[in-house]
Amino acid sequence: MAVEVRLPTVLRSHAGGASVVAVDGATVGEVLSKLVAEYPGMAGQVLTDDGSLHKFVNVYVDDDDVRYLQGLDTPVKDGAEVSLLPAVAGG
Amino acid sequence: MALAASVLDLIGNTPLVDISALSPNPAARISIKLEGQNPGGSVKDRVALSLVEDAEARGVLRPGKPDQVLMEPTSGNTGIGLAMVCRVKGYRLKAVMPTAVSIERRQLLELWGAEIIESPGPEGSNGAVRLARGLAEEHPEWVFLYQYGNPANPKAHYEGTGPEILRDCPGITHFVAGLGTSGTLLGVGRFLREKLGDAVSIWAVEPPAGEMVDGLRNLDDGYIPPIFEDLGGAELLDRKTVVRPRESIEWTRRLTEVGVFAGISTGAALAGAVKCAASLEPGVEASIVVVSADGGWKYLSTGAWTDDLDEVTERAKSIIYF
Repeated sequence: MAVEVRLPTVLRSHAGGASVVAVDGATVGEVLSKLVAEYPGMAGQVLTDDGSLHKFVNVYVDDDDVRYLQGLDTPVKDGAEVSLLPAVAGG
Repeated sequence: MALAASVLDLIGNTPLVDISALSPNPAARISIKLEGQNPGGSVKDRVALSLVEDAEARGVLRPGKPDQVLMEPTSGNTGIGLAMVCRVKGYRLKAVMPTAVSIERRQLLELWGAEIIESPGPEGSNGAVRLARGLAEEHPEWVFLYQYGNPANPKAHYEGTGPEILRDCPGITHFVAGLGTSGTLLGVGRFLREKLGDAVSIWAVEPPAGEMVDGLRNLDDGYIPPIFEDLGGAELLDRKTVVRPRESIEWTRRLTEVGVFAGISTGAALAGAVKCAASLEPGVEASIVVVSADGGWKYLSTGAWTDDLDEVTERAKSIIYF
């Protein structure tokens, strides 16, 4: 299943400057694994060595944070949009 | 209303207003808590007063002693609230603030007599926190209250905002607020969870700030407020949703249909509340309370209500409004 992955500025240099890339996968975990395989510069930035989500990255499927859904097991439907955003503060 | 002895006595006890006319679901009532009614103009007045009074109680600040300096990183509202509290109580404030904020935020800080220390705009609030932590080490004589790591921040909401919401809306089923320092969500969320258990859901709304904050070198420059981790934020929240600038401005404009003039982050929070209402099973009755962090006054210069939506959306991408 093809999904669009929106990349934050901080990761774009690892994808040739692209802000959106197309990746296959049925779950968030599969999508992110393929993303890192395709763009190895993101290794360690998105997923940690043990395969979990990097502490300072937030991943959204159609604008919902997957940490409050099923984490890396969150299903991704065909045509869904996956967004990565760094953790930032407000206030 | 009784005669107040000080403007600081007017902080809190803000009104809750039914705005269900904007709900996409007739079974879901939406009410909005107007924190812009605080004397300094935002929800952060509560936090500012709580931080300062807590420091006074701990002896870190001494009322009446001259030349006591506070230093605090802020994207604006906490700084403005602190500047007002400091002016009234006789302390001096240095606010560390990114350059990418609306001009009104700077003006308000200056009119309360605060000194602004600029941090790089592209680094957003993360950059302000980084700079402030360095300054705190260099200047141990400055009082660093650190809203992101100080339990007196969520305490203001646990003891104030939360009880007010339950008093005014005992049937609340969903609480929706923006995620900045996480103080509002932690304080109100914990209070409601203790009182209502799983009958209430806690929804966080996040601005897509990470998209605009393009000055980070890598993801290790990210930042999670220590209070969020220390007080179990991840376990408390039921959902977290990101709201884009265009949607935020659209809902900020829609609010004027019901007579509410609020800041851009309120539009984002309302967009989250609308998403919450739309996600409910048909026929399920719900009562959603959303927090309006501030009024619209500080954002008039952005043209949010009057200019072309596409232009305003582009402009909003370079302004920190949370």
